[in-house]
Amino acid sequence: MAVAVAIIASKFIVPAPLSTAALLEVRDLACVRGGKPLFRALSFTVQEGELLWVEGRNGAGKTSLLRLVCGLAEPDGGEVRWRGAPARAQREGFLGELLYLGHLNALKDDLSVMENLRLAARLAGTDASRADVEAALAEAGIGALGARAVRTLSQGQRRRAALARLWLPGTRPLWILDEPFSALDAEAVQRLAACIAAHMHGGGVALLTTHQEVPLPGARVRRLALH
Amino acid sequence: MAIRIFQFSSPQTFYPLAGRLIPLFWVLAALFSAAGLYTGFFVAPTDFQQGEVYRIIFIHVPAAWMSMFIYLVMAGWAAVGLVLNTRLSSMMAQALAPTGALMTFIALWTGSLWGRPTWGTWWVWDARLTSELILLFLYLGFMALQASIDDPRRADKAGAILAMVGVVNVPIIYFSVKWWNTLHQGASVSLTRAPSMASDMLTGMLLMALAFWMYAIAAALMRVQSIILERERHAGWVKDLLEPAAVKGSP
Amino acid sequence: MAAAFGAVFMRDILQAWRRRSDWLNALVFFVIVTSLFPLGVGADPKLLKAMAPGVVWVAALLAAMLSLPRVFGSDHADGTLEQLALAPQPLPLLVLAKVSAHWLLSGLPLALVAPVLGLQFGLEGTAIALLFVALLLGTPCLSLIGAVAAALTLGARGAGVLVALLVLPLYIPVLIFGAGAVEAWEAGTAPGAYLSLLAAGFLLALALTPWATAAAVRVALE
Repeated sequence: MAVAVAIIASKFIVPAPLSTAALLEVRDLACVRGGKPLFRALSFTVQEGELLWVEGRNGAGKTSLLRLVCGLAEPDGGEVRWRGAPARAQREGFLGELLYLGHLNALKDDLSVMENLRLAARLAGTDASRADVEAALAEAGIGALGARAVRTLSQGQRRRAALARLWLPGTRPLWILDEPFSALDAEAVQRLAACIAAHMHGGGVALLTTHQEVPLPGARVRRLALH
Repeated sequence: MAIRIFQFSSPQTFYPLAGRLIPLFWVLAALFSAAGLYTGFFVAPTDFQQGEVYRIIFIHVPAAWMSMFIYLVMAGWAAVGLVLNTRLSSMMAQALAPTGALMTFIALWTGSLWGRPTWGTWWVWDARLTSELILLFLYLGFMALQASIDDPRRADKAGAILAMVGVVNVPIIYFSVKWWNTLHQGASVSLTRAPSMASDMLTGMLLMALAFWMYAIAAALMRVQSIILERERHAGWVKDLLEPAAVKGSP
Repeated sequence: MAAAFGAVFMRDILQAWRRRSDWLNALVFFVIVTSLFPLGVGADPKLLKAMAPGVVWVAALLAAMLSLPRVFGSDHADGTLEQLALAPQPLPLLVLAKVSAHWLLSGLPLALVAPVLGLQFGLEGTAIALLFVALLLGTPCLSLIGAVAAALTLGARGAGVLVALLVLPLYIPVLIFGAGAVEAWEAGTAPGAYLSLLAAGFLLALALTPWATAAAVRVALE
């Protein structure tokens, strides 16, 4: 089963000069699931300020790709490089610069939104004060829900609470977001799109998957289609 | 890169190799057990204390040796598979587990049969029997864990971690059980106390041990073959291998 | 690093505090199981006294085992475990934080309740103190070893029974040395060696199991 991988540059793409080293580089990545290859010989680079939009139908391996890049799963070939060196060899340095948001919200039902976010920040090695979290929640459009237990929130509110991590202080250049727009209403989608665009302007890098078209004004977007 | 190629090709090259080795080991197993059983039943003298009953050691002791040794080998293969990410090693570990469990079971069963006439009960909480029982639990845990994880790669890795934890634990368990019950017979065969046993007995036991070895290798290789077929069923070479046979086999 | 350890530890403690009844159930189980034995074997004081250390320890193993699925189960289901594995900290350290919380919530209460159960079985003064100290040394081993099995069975079919199958054989040395300390005292020999062996077992488990647990967590997340 041959797997074709196409990288289609959108009209926003600015061809990067060869001298700037790519922040993130994926070389010859291969992934086998259930005995069948999802993709193989997948290579791409992502420069500063670039967003890679991973597309493909269900089961094409989008989530698998993101998990491989994070290091949650082991590739069946190839490697992920960060700042010119294998990510695996600099695990803690790489993870210190990574913010991953998966399908699951990673929120504890019995804790309040505030407690969840402050503990998550401490786990990531930054310290978020009460005011920091309140500001982030306001940006995510759930400023009033800080004291509520996650158990009492709706799906969309939970997603917003999980996404509020993106507004917390601390610089993490690499964002890997799996379906960040799912379960969000139009207003939240706009807020998130603006947040991602701002991240790109600040020289960050992002990989994301989504099924819906979301305009990201001014961001350099490249598309990676998995078949 | 070389390691990757080795990984992908090795089950394919190993499969026919195993196929050629299996008959050889079966023949050796048959020869050694014939020689061992002959020595055990006809050559070795009757024990002056236990009479003919003691002859069960020609099965019991080799099985007990193998049960412990196979666990070590299995954990070794599993560790190699975990560290070097070689699939064939993990398959070897998986293939060895049932044979190891079988040996443990035989050792327990024959131990119990031996215990009835010598100690007067089917079961005594003697240190070696108890350790052997715990070893059986460890084998069963390993096989149950592997069987309950669907993804073979995850099953291999989880099994390897368990086997390695088990290997660290086996001496501790053995020591603790021995500590718990110091009222046990001395080991039947030890290099320092070899004179306590007639040399014919020792020969018979060693021949039987070799027979068990050959059997274990043959059985493990056969099991590895079927594991390879099962796991590589999507690979082209397995389809090529099975299809002509399927045509021939369906008149 | 200490901050991350604290964050993981605090999260588990906070969560357990909000779900107190879950943890109390394991403790009640411990008390009920030990109370069943006199009903099963009769109330002969001599027999009960001889059985006491073993009964208390076996019940402690079972109670500790019952709470094991909670160590990683909900974290695995809600995605917290992924974030733990992606934290820029050594995973064995974070695992150790979770195990410490588990011990505080499930191991320590067992040790604290055990003296009362000892009284029920007719143990006296020093024997009760020994039972308490042995449980204090032994229950951390149960949490440390149990965490390996809890992580290995994440995402496996029939994880509840499987955990028992994996962990109980590994608990045997702790059982032997723990119960042995009190039995040795009752038999008139010095219990020191048993306690030293328990302490040695604790140090060995502390040094080795967090690595195995971390590896098992990574496998479960793949």
